[in-house]
Amino acid sequence: MNNRINKLFQEKEKNILSVYFTAGYPKLDDTVPVIQELVKNGVDLIEIGMPFSDPVADGPVIQGSSLVALQNGMSVHKLFEQLKDIRKLVDIPLILMGYINPVIQYGVEAFCQKCGEIGIDGLIIPDLPLSVYEEEYKSMFEANNLHNIFLITPQTSDERLRRIDEASSGFIYMVSSNSTTGAKEGVTDFQNSYFERISKFGLKNPCLIGFGISSAETFRNACQYAHGAIIGSAFVKALGADLSLNMKVSQFVKTIATNV
Amino acid sequence: MDYQVNRKGYYGEFGGAYIPEMMVPNIEELEARYMEIMHSYDFKQEFVSLLKNYVGRPSPLYFAKRLSEKYQSNIFLKREDLNHTGSHKINNTIGQILVAKKLGKTRIIAETGAGQHGLATATVCALMGLKCIVYMGAVDVERQAPNVKKMRMLGAEVISAVSGNQTLKDATNEAMRDWINNPVDTYYIIGSVVGPHPYPDMVARFQSVISEEMRWQLEEQVGRENPDRIIACVGGGSNAAGAFYHYLDQENVELIGVEAAGKGVDTNETAATITLGTPGVLHSSRSILMQTDDGQITEPYSISAGLDYPGIGPLHAHLFKTGRAKYLWATDAEVLDSALELTQMEGIIPALESAHALAVLPKIKLRPEEITVINLSGRGDKDMETYLKHFGY
Repeated sequence: MNNRINKLFQEKEKNILSVYFTAGYPKLDDTVPVIQELVKNGVDLIEIGMPFSDPVADGPVIQGSSLVALQNGMSVHKLFEQLKDIRKLVDIPLILMGYINPVIQYGVEAFCQKCGEIGIDGLIIPDLPLSVYEEEYKSMFEANNLHNIFLITPQTSDERLRRIDEASSGFIYMVSSNSTTGAKEGVTDFQNSYFERISKFGLKNPCLIGFGISSAETFRNACQYAHGAIIGSAFVKALGADLSLNMKVSQFVKTIATNV
Repeated sequence: MDYQVNRKGYYGEFGGAYIPEMMVPNIEELEARYMEIMHSYDFKQEFVSLLKNYVGRPSPLYFAKRLSEKYQSNIFLKREDLNHTGSHKINNTIGQILVAKKLGKTRIIAETGAGQHGLATATVCALMGLKCIVYMGAVDVERQAPNVKKMRMLGAEVISAVSGNQTLKDATNEAMRDWINNPVDTYYIIGSVVGPHPYPDMVARFQSVISEEMRWQLEEQVGRENPDRIIACVGGGSNAAGAFYHYLDQENVELIGVEAAGKGVDTNETAATITLGTPGVLHSSRSILMQTDDGQITEPYSISAGLDYPGIGPLHAHLFKTGRAKYLWATDAEVLDSALELTQMEGIIPALESAHALAVLPKIKLRPEEITVINLSGRGDKDMETYLKHFGY
């Protein structure tokens, strides 16, 4: 069975726009409507954030949306319930992103099976170490046609890059700077030289650049070095505005994807 | 039974390094180098010399005569409260600041609950001339005000963590975020036997000086190295790890950790992690933690800021699972009674944390010929406001 992530990268080589949002934010039942609006506005890939009480890799915006979502009553069970018919509505690749503890409590195997049933294409779990994944969970992911998406950072050594590239399927999540999500604005020369290093490294997997991508300008810049980019905090911030959902989403996507 | 960490960083099923990729280079570097550094001649010389001449070690092992009479047994207090900065925390910060220097780091970060670890970190940073940033929950900044002032006077920047319950867990989250944002020049001095491997093992080794001294002090005072029982309070578990360390393989020495029950283990206001928790991953290691069925971490509560933590070091989870150590609990009310008892019977005002270890004395059977060592991990200066409020002096 072909995975929708692979299909996307086969069909589109440039300017892929992936958007992250926190499930159950701003309102508990916004999860599916947000996905539908994003698809309507031409987004290529969606990362659905599973809120966690202690998101150490996240900056204030996603910490805030996670807290609100949890207060709204979001949980892994609730999310699966909301997404159970999602494949009748949308066809683009969907990824779940979150921390390992809620997944462990659900049961990693049961979690992967449920993702397979629903039609989830990949997982991003920043605090799941490569070695634990390979030894304990890889077979469960593969059995359910799920890609595990790994992160790389400016500090990742060449040796580790090769290891991660080897272990990856789908794409590699290239963290743009040494930071938590949404922490740094703009693009520095240091980042561009890092992007350049990676794009010349000859990875077998495609890359999407994330963290600090918040505007048409930063998106365009990232797209010069990778297959596309991921926007998280900036979109979550926009979701917090006091507007109708379709306005919030369409306005945001338009500001990013103009002139691409 | 093996109670030491294995090559992959686990104690049985607990431990490991569940870190985001952003932390990998720093943790890999530390893992690759900590043992070599700790075993180097230079390091050992400096560490031992600072513990002796700067911290004031060895800390006394004191036979508590009146307390012993009351409980009709032999009770010794290991006086970590007499260390420079007032607790066992300094043993670890001296060790880690020397490691940080060997790694060429110039900026030090730390988390703190009661402020004892923050104070010990600010102190060694002043000693070494390094920049120091301490994260502390906003609630703790409030309830441990004297330590905050001391840290600032020592030149540290104290940053108030305003997320979550604004206590130790949240301070730890903020410190980890700082390290992710500053991976090159910064070293994170973790204050307990928690966090990703190799921290639990490294911190336990630095604290193991406590039980190392206990062995020769007991030999000197009572003619045998082994007590019958060691009691220590447990938040993350660093003073207990140090007090148990050299006795882990001496199965005839009973090891008791005491958790903070807060308002009671049957209420929602408690921090008795082992008593109430289940296995999971928090702050980068697999251990036992207080959480919901959905895997969200529960906000803990204790009168003692140093024990107000929903997790526990993986070593303790393993000692519990294997039955090597027992974990009891004490409520806020029991702790206050015990603190007052020690104050008025022995003339020692203990820290609220350490009073948890004393609070189980009435709950366990002590035989007249037995020797019990209580690790008195810290002194009560920082808790005077709480004591005065409750006792009304």
